[in-house]
Amino acid sequence: MPFLRILFVRLLTTAITLAGVAVIVFFVIRVVPGNPIAMMLPPGATEEDIARLSALYGLDKPMITQFGIWIAGVMQGDFGTSITTRQPVLNLVLGRLPATLELSIMALVMAMILGGAAALTGTRFRGGRTEGAIDVANGMALSVPDFLWGLVLILLFGVLMPVFHISGRVTPSLDLPFTTNFYLFESLIRLRFDLWADLVAHMFMPALALAIPLAAIIGQLLKQSLKETMNLDYVTLARTKGYGETRVILREALRNAALPTLTLVGVQFTFLIGGTVIIERLFSYEGLGNMAIDAVINRDLPLIQGIVILFAVIFTGVNLIVDLLYTVLNPRLRHG
Amino acid sequence: MAEAKAIDGRSLVRRRAGLRLWLSASWLGLLCLVALFAPWIAPKDPLAQDLFLGRLPPFWMPGAEPGYLLGTDSLGRDVLSRIVHGARVALAVALIAGTITCLIGATLGLLAGFLRGWVDMIISRMIDIWMAFPPVLFSILLIAVLGPGLVSIIIAIVVIDWTRFARVVRAEAMAQGAMDYVASARVAGRGRPGTMVREILPNVLPTIVVLLTLEMGIAVIVEAILSFVNLSISTDDPTWGGMISEGRTSVHQAWWVLVFPLVTLFLTVLAFSQLGEGLKDRFDPVLR
Repeated sequence: MPFLRILFVRLLTTAITLAGVAVIVFFVIRVVPGNPIAMMLPPGATEEDIARLSALYGLDKPMITQFGIWIAGVMQGDFGTSITTRQPVLNLVLGRLPATLELSIMALVMAMILGGAAALTGTRFRGGRTEGAIDVANGMALSVPDFLWGLVLILLFGVLMPVFHISGRVTPSLDLPFTTNFYLFESLIRLRFDLWADLVAHMFMPALALAIPLAAIIGQLLKQSLKETMNLDYVTLARTKGYGETRVILREALRNAALPTLTLVGVQFTFLIGGTVIIERLFSYEGLGNMAIDAVINRDLPLIQGIVILFAVIFTGVNLIVDLLYTVLNPRLRHG
Repeated sequence: MAEAKAIDGRSLVRRRAGLRLWLSASWLGLLCLVALFAPWIAPKDPLAQDLFLGRLPPFWMPGAEPGYLLGTDSLGRDVLSRIVHGARVALAVALIAGTITCLIGATLGLLAGFLRGWVDMIISRMIDIWMAFPPVLFSILLIAVLGPGLVSIIIAIVVIDWTRFARVVRAEAMAQGAMDYVASARVAGRGRPGTMVREILPNVLPTIVVLLTLEMGIAVIVEAILSFVNLSISTDDPTWGGMISEGRTSVHQAWWVLVFPLVTLFLTVLAFSQLGEGLKDRFDPVLR
């Protein structure tokens, strides 16, 4: 059973990777100067207060012991208690995760629409000025990272033509009837389109900033494989049947050209999720990344650990799923 | 001359690539000059504050002061002079961090791809682990550990970005290692280290140069991001990222504090990346 073997090997390497991430983040952040306990106590606190609170958080034990306790907890789903907010790390992190997921998925959808449109247009008018213009735009979009696109968007749609909100996730004065933190999704289910529109107006720019570089990659790859597909016999056959060029591209070529692009989108999607950290900061969007930066600034060690592990789980998870999907979808690998 | 006609389409591509190469190289060259001679070029002292001259607009707008070409920030510091001095930090980070990252990453990639075996296994596992970290968060963490400052930024970039080189060079070295010329060099009596340095390295070098150019652009961005999160250099010292961070908060009152450093940063990052892409086309045997 080659598929089961691939699955086993991939699960094993994923476990090793996650263990490596856990070790590195735990020991790296313990080198951080500045006692987190001293930072959370009022200025008048005595040495004894600091010692007592350190003991409470287990920070007085040897590092190896601390690591053992932490890992044992993580195995049981207990990520410790945040030092600044005194709440369980897991609750805090899971509370913010939906915001980041919604942002990432919205960005992914935007990237696929933009990139797909660029590739299809470029293929339809290949060899001409239109394709040249699309190539130049693609090159630009690819050269400049999400952080700079975010700033450019703030200037364009936040200042020059203020049509979108430049900070936050939702207008604070609005009444939120939500029971989950998947605001965007829940507002649709509850048919609260007013709230949905407000959420989108907040998400639009950060999502677009994240989407632009990925859209360029999708556009480039898809166009390339579309153009290759357009020279295959079965496409020529479809043409001789008298179908128009647009129909041939959409109905015949796209189906076969999409697979190689899709596998690459998976890996690139993890880069996009990594980009949410700074983009959320830039747009004051209340997601995981923004919380992560605050956690670093406040030296909230358990919280930093939890967030980094969660990101690593997401990254390795996405890669795992894409790899396995590719094995399933690609018959050559399946019987290999 | 039929052959010349046949490659006409390619020469068009090459000409466009050539233009791109020259434009980006000139911008970066100009920037190097500006950085080198910053104290003589900058019209004002980049640190001099004058609260009476706060948020002056650029020269073409009403209310501008002569001598402050691109206006001033909220503390009355000259925007142009700060951009000029900021070029020093940006280029220093790009050159130093880029080069060290390249040396370490390419060496590890070459070793992994050529030697294979347990060396490859260890390096590949490390790459996997590194790829599971969100890079921006990783760099912010490292700066928190190392403390702010130019050296910390460079270390953070090297520690995080070596995988960019290692991944690509490893794959290239593996592909090269399987070729006939490597086997014949071994038959001719070259040892393994000799084969790696004399035979494989020259063939991987174009890729390394392209990656290095791209990495320099990334280094500039990382510095800007870290200044933006307020973790880079002391907030007084002029850096593009620091200026952008300040401009972001006052964008509705004084857009120029954000726009000018942003445009400079944008062009610089674009130039590094276009230089890399242009070089890639130059090196590509299919296009050549």
